[in-house]
Amino acid sequence: MATAVWVLGLLGVALGALLGWVAVRFRRAGAPLADAIDKVLPQTQCGQCGFPGCRPYAEAIARGDADINQCPPGGEAGIRALAELLGREPKPLSADHGVEKPKVLAVIDEAECIGCTKCIQACPVDAIVGAPKRMHTVLDAECTGCELCIAPCPVDCITMVPARAGLAGWRPSRPLPRLTALVDAARLP
Amino acid sequence: MNAPQRLFAFPGGLRLPEHKDAATRAPSRACPLPPRLVLPLSQHAGQAARPEVAPGERVVRGQRIARAEGLGAHLHAPAAGVVVAIEDHPVPHASGLPAPCIVIDVDPAAGEAALLPALPDWPAIEPAALRARIEDAGIVGLGGAAFPTAGKLGRPIDLLVLNGAECEPWIACDEMLLRERAPAVRDGGRILARIVGASRIVLAIEDRMHGALAAAREALAGADDIAVVAVPTIYPEGGERQLIRVLTGAEVPSGGLPADLGVLCHNVGTAAAVADAVLRGLPLVERYVSVTGAGVADPVTLRAAIGTPIEWLVAQAGGYRADAERLVMGGPMMGRALPTDAVPLVKAANCVLVLTAAELRDDAPELPCIRCGECVRVCPARLLPQQLHWHLRAGDFDEVEAHALRDCIECGLCAHVCPSHIPLVEWYRWGKTELRVRAEDRRRSDLARERFEARKARLEREDAERAARLAARRASAPAATAGDADDPVAAALARAEAKKRGAATEDADGA
Repeated sequence: MATAVWVLGLLGVALGALLGWVAVRFRRAGAPLADAIDKVLPQTQCGQCGFPGCRPYAEAIARGDADINQCPPGGEAGIRALAELLGREPKPLSADHGVEKPKVLAVIDEAECIGCTKCIQACPVDAIVGAPKRMHTVLDAECTGCELCIAPCPVDCITMVPARAGLAGWRPSRPLPRLTALVDAARLP
Repeated sequence: MNAPQRLFAFPGGLRLPEHKDAATRAPSRACPLPPRLVLPLSQHAGQAARPEVAPGERVVRGQRIARAEGLGAHLHAPAAGVVVAIEDHPVPHASGLPAPCIVIDVDPAAGEAALLPALPDWPAIEPAALRARIEDAGIVGLGGAAFPTAGKLGRPIDLLVLNGAECEPWIACDEMLLRERAPAVRDGGRILARIVGASRIVLAIEDRMHGALAAAREALAGADDIAVVAVPTIYPEGGERQLIRVLTGAEVPSGGLPADLGVLCHNVGTAAAVADAVLRGLPLVERYVSVTGAGVADPVTLRAAIGTPIEWLVAQAGGYRADAERLVMGGPMMGRALPTDAVPLVKAANCVLVLTAAELRDDAPELPCIRCGECVRVCPARLLPQQLHWHLRAGDFDEVEAHALRDCIECGLCAHVCPSHIPLVEWYRWGKTELRVRAEDRRRSDLARERFEARKARLEREDAERAARLAARRASAPAATAGDADDPVAAALARAEAKKRGAATEDADGA
């Protein structure tokens, strides 16, 4: 009995020491968890989560300082992806941080623009081009639809338009199952 | 070349009832011009064309009315008349959404046709110039995909396949074209082969298209540059990848193009359009179209102007029968149902099909998948349709991608044989769009991440530079005052030097 306790105890201590040494010896540089979280986030850089960009939010989640339901652009799908990544239960989007909306793009009314450069300074991805007292314009392909340029504009010449509009943006809808009374509807997805 | 061509089999496929007699009983007819033509600006893969005419302007047959932007094709007026509007109009698209169109009121007296100069001496003309002619004529693939033809002619090719394997039931426009215009198909094939430098040309025709085969052999009597090959009648043999497999035994790699194998495939209608563009200077303004199905009184194959309303075409075929139930553009397997017949004929439309209620089975109740595996047996792309269906239902797009949904050609056979009436192709079309949107979102978010990091780095660098400048200014000021007591001249020089340096850095900032 006593021998068994000693053997198992020593084994535990030895393996524990080995694990500790491995953890120090093979520590990976950087923050792999934050990287993985950052990959899932939509990179809108809108700051609605309360952090100045997606990367800081990812680092906060990795540290445990932020919850996974604070990203409105990511929406339900984003929360599900984060929950799966972190092995947690998904939860509904926090209403304090905003609501999920269809994707939008910023458009500057170029006739109204006075060239104040305030929106250029606000844009988190440098997607607005222009110079002082020259007209500004948004690069469609780079705009993330974060809406951060709306508030600084002194003449309210920036509007958000749906990103996927018209024929080019049309998507077929998910097929609806055609069910009859023959089928136990409750058992089908 | 005279040795009989060895043929191979492609996986899956099915023999379907042909129903081709309806639209091949009589020779094709020239469809009279309707009073009004509607020409969508986007009739091809790629970007919409940009209009070059304004409402009120008179146009003549063959005149370019919209030019290609990026990947695209020019658009030409099929008949003389007056442009009445450039506006949104219903188009044959699955969404039912309207799209911008040029509307022309036809007036045959408005002017003489303005064709391109004919190039009868084409064998002496540079391939690049011939390719430019195809571009100028606005030619797109007439087999259904409407990919701009000139865009497929950029790579060196060994084998040119002229695809006359019109495998989908009911459709008979290629058969009628071959019967009546085999010499044009032959000439177009030779021109295409010259452009890409192909050493071999094969004209593949299904073995039950007897009239087409006879006409093609007659047109090629004595010639040995084009081999006419009768291929077995199995749907979907006319699919580009399937036909290449049958003719060469080689498989086009997933995500690759036939050009990777040194093979180029063009529809016979496209070849005829190429011949018209080069030999007659005629842009793509009309095409063969079958107006057929059990729901029309007098099925017929027409030569109709692009932009002709579908209702006008159906009227030429004797109009609808009382039991007509559904209007389809394309064939029964791959076509798309149209909500209205007020849409125009587009370059890609090979068939207008009117089905009766008896032929539809959409309303059959959908039952759970019983894993019978019939869909796997018939799939010509060697996919696992049932697995794709499960993963799409579950929204597991990583699995969907792993099961190569992108290789699905939407031939419709899996849904056709499914005993549970599962609308599999609808799922795949939805899934393909979702995959595309996901890839696009991923690309955009990667770009945004990169730009966000770049901006952060720039702001940090600017802060650091500002701090360094401030520090440098502070460091130089006391040095100047300290030197004051010893040597006034040296101190003044140092002050001037410091001032100059400060001005220079400020200038650099300003620039």
